[in-house]
Amino acid sequence: MALRRLSGAAAGAGALALALPAVASADTLEAAQNGVLPDSVAINSIWVVVAALLVIFMQTGFAFLEIGFSRGKNVGTVIAKILTNFSIAALLYWAVGFAFAFGQGSIIGHDGFFLRAYGDPLEAFPVMGLSDATIESKWLFQFSFCAVSLAIVWGTTLERIKFGVYVIYAVVFAGLIYPVGSHWVFGGGWLQSNLGMQDFAGSTAVHLIGATGALAVLLLLGARIGKYGKDGTPRAIPGHNMPLFGLGVLILWLGWFGFNPGSTLSALDGRFPEIALVTLLAAAAGVLASVATARWKTGTVDIGMAGNGAIGALVGITAPSGYVEPWAAVLIGLVAGFIVPLGVYAIDKKIDDPVGALTAHGLCGVWGTLACGIFTAPRLAEYNGFGEGGLLYTGSFQQLGTQALGVVVVFAFVFSLSFLTFWLIKKTYGLRVTAEEEEAGLDISEHGMYGYPEQFIPVPELIGYATAPHGSRDIATPARPVQREVPAT
Amino acid sequence: MKKIEAYIRHEAFEPIRMELLELGFPSLTISEVKGSGRQKGVTERYRGAKLTNYLRPKIKLECVVATNDLETVVQTILKHARSGSIGDGKVFVMPVEEAYRIRTGESGEETLQAHPEAAVEVAG
Repeated sequence: MALRRLSGAAAGAGALALALPAVASADTLEAAQNGVLPDSVAINSIWVVVAALLVIFMQTGFAFLEIGFSRGKNVGTVIAKILTNFSIAALLYWAVGFAFAFGQGSIIGHDGFFLRAYGDPLEAFPVMGLSDATIESKWLFQFSFCAVSLAIVWGTTLERIKFGVYVIYAVVFAGLIYPVGSHWVFGGGWLQSNLGMQDFAGSTAVHLIGATGALAVLLLLGARIGKYGKDGTPRAIPGHNMPLFGLGVLILWLGWFGFNPGSTLSALDGRFPEIALVTLLAAAAGVLASVATARWKTGTVDIGMAGNGAIGALVGITAPSGYVEPWAAVLIGLVAGFIVPLGVYAIDKKIDDPVGALTAHGLCGVWGTLACGIFTAPRLAEYNGFGEGGLLYTGSFQQLGTQALGVVVVFAFVFSLSFLTFWLIKKTYGLRVTAEEEEAGLDISEHGMYGYPEQFIPVPELIGYATAPHGSRDIATPARPVQREVPAT
Repeated sequence: MKKIEAYIRHEAFEPIRMELLELGFPSLTISEVKGSGRQKGVTERYRGAKLTNYLRPKIKLECVVATNDLETVVQTILKHARSGSIGDGKVFVMPVEEAYRIRTGESGEETLQAHPEAAVEVAG
């Protein structure tokens, strides 16, 4: 019932917004018709939209990564979840999220709800003034970040969470938690503008926020049945499809070439190819370091760790990508790749995180944010206009301290608000499916169908269901199927 | 010698295997099977249409034991397989005429004797 009321209110607000006078797109259109729209608007908008589409493609990556790491009875639910969450995030980020995140204000933005009636974009969204790409293209790009951050929360909750939890938390997350957190870090809020915190594309603002929400839900949700033995030792629950996991990793990697280079929001200064290079170098170093570390600790070249190493390093380079030289990217990636296996092994002892997101997005997000304080080149800090050079250049711990403060503040804010939200959900709606539903799998218990029907329904029932015997002329026309669950007597 | 054939729930198998191993009965065989009994079917809903699936997945556990050990093994299976709900399964016991160990050609009940060293490995 609560959900229904909420969706009704959202629909009403949307209708109200549509009635308000349009400003932005009308301005662009008018300028184009009068022949005074600069070419740079079109060029920058193309790049930002292309980058946004690459980041949106990352949803596919998350889907396949999570499906690969799930058992075969919990795969269809991932598709339903990704589609639902992506859609909720789109509507909420359009209604309020973008305004909270990038509107004027040091604590919370207050211009541009429903992307309407914000006046001059340069005044309403000051931090985006560095690029003249249209506001719609910037919205698309920033929304895609919000959707990524939300997707990160859920990988950790696979195989035991109730579907409705996704819906409730997605509304709070995309409408409040993510916009406010990211506003402070890279939306012109106080951490960025007053303290000079550096986070180019969101190691903290996107990845750490998502991972922090994940930690909050995991502490309340608990482990999957069978994850820990009676003496508390962790047991492996192998995912059912490593090739799908690998496909997910490679799609995420590709998407990152929109994530980091697109955060320039501009093509005209020619910075974006260098950021793509920096991103690639870090990921490559991360894969090798992660594989080597896993080989050292366990004696095998671990397929999952190779993929997690890539993700961890990409998360690590996200904040520094616009601030560091290529050589530094290699070092940042190496350290992230080293962190990934050790973090996964350590966290697995106590917390059941099936995809390793707490490490890859959380620990590596912290590392990437701190890495700015060490490796930021003074020329790039000056060019971007936020903060100072890093420890290696200036010998001063000031930027590193700012980065650490930012991490602590964002973690505390997101964790407390998320924990409260999940606690309320747990007390009212509940977080977990029942043990029987978990044993049966979320596909059949939450969605009424199997992701792989042939694996769970005997083939004779699939083809011969309620039909006449073989040899009959009516074989092709099934008789009326039985409609209810009947115990065989 | 007796053969035990038990049809059990998936989640019951691991506790049974653990305890049988501790008691010194490591030798068993399982198969993934599907069957119907008094348990209800599961109805799948696929894009608005329904399909009721009466054949439920079970584990078939088979092992052959010396007649003296029969009661121990059966009680272990019953203990862990019983949830109290319809669908817990059944255990059948049948006589076995002869047993051979392929590696040595030995025959008779001694080929089924408990393995004390298996229990040691569990403890370790």
